Amino acid sequence: MTPQSLSPLLCTIPLLPLAGAAINGFFGRQSSKKAISTIALTFCGAAFAMALFIAANFSSASAPYSFPLAHWIRSGAFTVDFDFYLDQLSLVMLLVVSGVGFLIHIYSVGYMWDDDGYYRFMSYLNLFMFFMLTLVLAKNYLMMFIGWEGVGLASYLLIGFWFTKDSAAAAGKKAFIDNRIGDFGFLIALFLMIKHFGSLDFPTLFHAVAPLAQETSGIGLLTAIGLLLMVGAAGKSAQIPLYVWLPDAMEGPTPVSALIHAATMVTAGVYMVARSHVIFEHAPNAMLVVAIIGTLTALFAATIGIAQTDIKKVLAYSTVSQLGYMFMACGVAAFSAGIFHLMTHAFFKGLLFLAAGSVIHGVGGEQDMRKMGGLRVYMPWTFLTMSIATFAIAGFPPLAGFFSKDEILWKAYSSEYGSWVFWLLGVITAFITSFYMFRLWFMTFFGDYRGAPPPDSHGHKADAHGHDHGEPHESPWVMLGPLAILAILSVVGGWVGIGGRFEHFLAPVFQSGGDLAKETAETASKATEYILMAVSVAAALLGFLLAWTLYINRPKLPALIADGLGGLYQAVVHKYYIDELYALLFVKPLIEGSTTILWHGIDQGVIDATVNNSAEAARNVSDEVRHMQSGNLRSYAGWVAAGGAVVIAYMVWMGIR
Amino acid sequence: MVPLSYYLVLSGILFACGVLGFLIKRNIITIFMSIELMLNGVNLSFVAFAAQWHSLSGQIFVFFVMVVAAAEAAVGLAIIIAVYRTRETLNVDQVNLLKL
Repeated sequence: MTPQSLSPLLCTIPLLPLAGAAINGFFGRQSSKKAISTIALTFCGAAFAMALFIAANFSSASAPYSFPLAHWIRSGAFTVDFDFYLDQLSLVMLLVVSGVGFLIHIYSVGYMWDDDGYYRFMSYLNLFMFFMLTLVLAKNYLMMFIGWEGVGLASYLLIGFWFTKDSAAAAGKKAFIDNRIGDFGFLIALFLMIKHFGSLDFPTLFHAVAPLAQETSGIGLLTAIGLLLMVGAAGKSAQIPLYVWLPDAMEGPTPVSALIHAATMVTAGVYMVARSHVIFEHAPNAMLVVAIIGTLTALFAATIGIAQTDIKKVLAYSTVSQLGYMFMACGVAAFSAGIFHLMTHAFFKGLLFLAAGSVIHGVGGEQDMRKMGGLRVYMPWTFLTMSIATFAIAGFPPLAGFFSKDEILWKAYSSEYGSWVFWLLGVITAFITSFYMFRLWFMTFFGDYRGAPPPDSHGHKADAHGHDHGEPHESPWVMLGPLAILAILSVVGGWVGIGGRFEHFLAPVFQSGGDLAKETAETASKATEYILMAVSVAAALLGFLLAWTLYINRPKLPALIADGLGGLYQAVVHKYYIDELYALLFVKPLIEGSTTILWHGIDQGVIDATVNNSAEAARNVSDEVRHMQSGNLRSYAGWVAAGGAVVIAYMVWMGIR
Repeated sequence: MVPLSYYLVLSGILFACGVLGFLIKRNIITIFMSIELMLNGVNLSFVAFAAQWHSLSGQIFVFFVMVVAAAEAAVGLAIIIAVYRTRETLNVDQVNLLKL
């Protein structure tokens, strides 16, 4: 069977979750929770099965193929169709999205079972899968944009899932608005492409771009497109300066944080940049900007992660930081390394969030790590899986994070576009990452349980469904299953990269990038690579030891250090006051401008005033004129006579003339 | 033969007297008579034109006006009597219920 004959299956992959979303969305309210779960899991699982089937028939040697579903826009020579496209890059994304998505669907059954909006939640999750799969399977930028906006919508709906909570509703809006800013850049980039290349199809467009010369100096067309695409990516993937929405997005239910805000949606920006690699390779300046933004974001977010006490906030900043790594990789033309890290990150960060969700579930909704501790006794499975994920993200060999992070750091150092500065900042980030992750690990699972004693009134509910929140308890198997699978993936996921196999698999997509990497691999010595590897492992180990010293050995020390640092520590706790700065720079002027100029000035001053004043004028005139209508008969007669006299005078005057 | 303009001037004077009386007088009866004066002023111009142009339509119109004026007089006087019975005055300034 040739892979091409499978192309009709491509369009069913996104459409299956859409069907699930529609069924649950329209009929879920009347259905039982069992039926809802069955539908949601079946449709999502079917998409995953289909993806596996397609993957089994696709190798690194296979030519990309596409499936035209329907015509869409036909305007002169410019056409955009609903085309689905599969190459090695979209296959990796397809497997990650559908696979991790399916696991998180299973987990959600356990996590959200008691929620009143269960059907709504499942429907939104399926809807998200539809848009995300559309995004990765799109053949042109416009279809990608549909998916891009759609996942933004799903993200908004799910962040604000508990919309009766003010903070959740506000976080949803913040995420949406920040994304809109990015989308604006993305759209402008699309317009530029249409204007100058007349096509949005990936193959056609890249074919047109390929023969152009590299824009080494100044801002040419391709540099502008690249930078605008990066604006879009920064919005979706939470990079400086648009990262502020992601930590707030933790208001959503934890499976959402795992699926959308860690494993899949936020990596859409990385995917988009990797997909546009032809453009970026022709615009080194744009790529440099990508690398700088990625590196700074990685370091910056990691430092904020140190001082957070909310378990999900730590993970959120960690996600921002890891996304920064991926952009750093893209920025030094190591696109396959970026995608590799995207994949392993999806495993271990998805796992971290799910495990954190299990912890939150187990201690009855508490998210403050200061009120946890000692949980390894109460929830051994969660502890085991979370430990694997923690070691994986910290970069301990032979877990997944080690291979991908090391690949990125090596490329940052050795690539033609790289530099030792990127590498150094990357290693520092790796050290900080290791530190805050083990801080989280120690604070949550070691020491004594610091949670509140059980309130007595809770007792009667405990017997009903085993939710005794007096003492932390292990989560049900439906939640632990996905944890276990992701834990296995977090261990073995990195092994596909050994010996450059992953890079080789993606080589057909990143043809030019692949050749480039080979050249550099030959020039740089193997010894340098091993030394750099040793340094990054040492950094991870150092982070572990520091966290152990501060939170296990000398638990009094962190407070002393915090006091010693004073203002700096406060700045970190308050996330460098970036939210406040944005509020001062953008939000407040906008709100005040809208209030004084648009609302009071234009709406009330011009639009309302026109209506009101004309009414007022009519009233005033009538008020004067009504005195003519006095009810005095003789004055009426007088007016009639006067009128008659005027008419006669006029006629006489005309006659004389 | 008396020229047409004489009749018209007389007609105008009669009409103006009627208007003046209507405007100035306060007694309803007088006002009523002023209206008759205006009607007859108009009638005079009608018949004058009819004689001038040897056309009957002016004459016929005068008959119509007389008929209507007679009907009006009947109704009008009845109203005046009714007003006098209820308000015991014929001064129009005191019959001002419709006034603002």
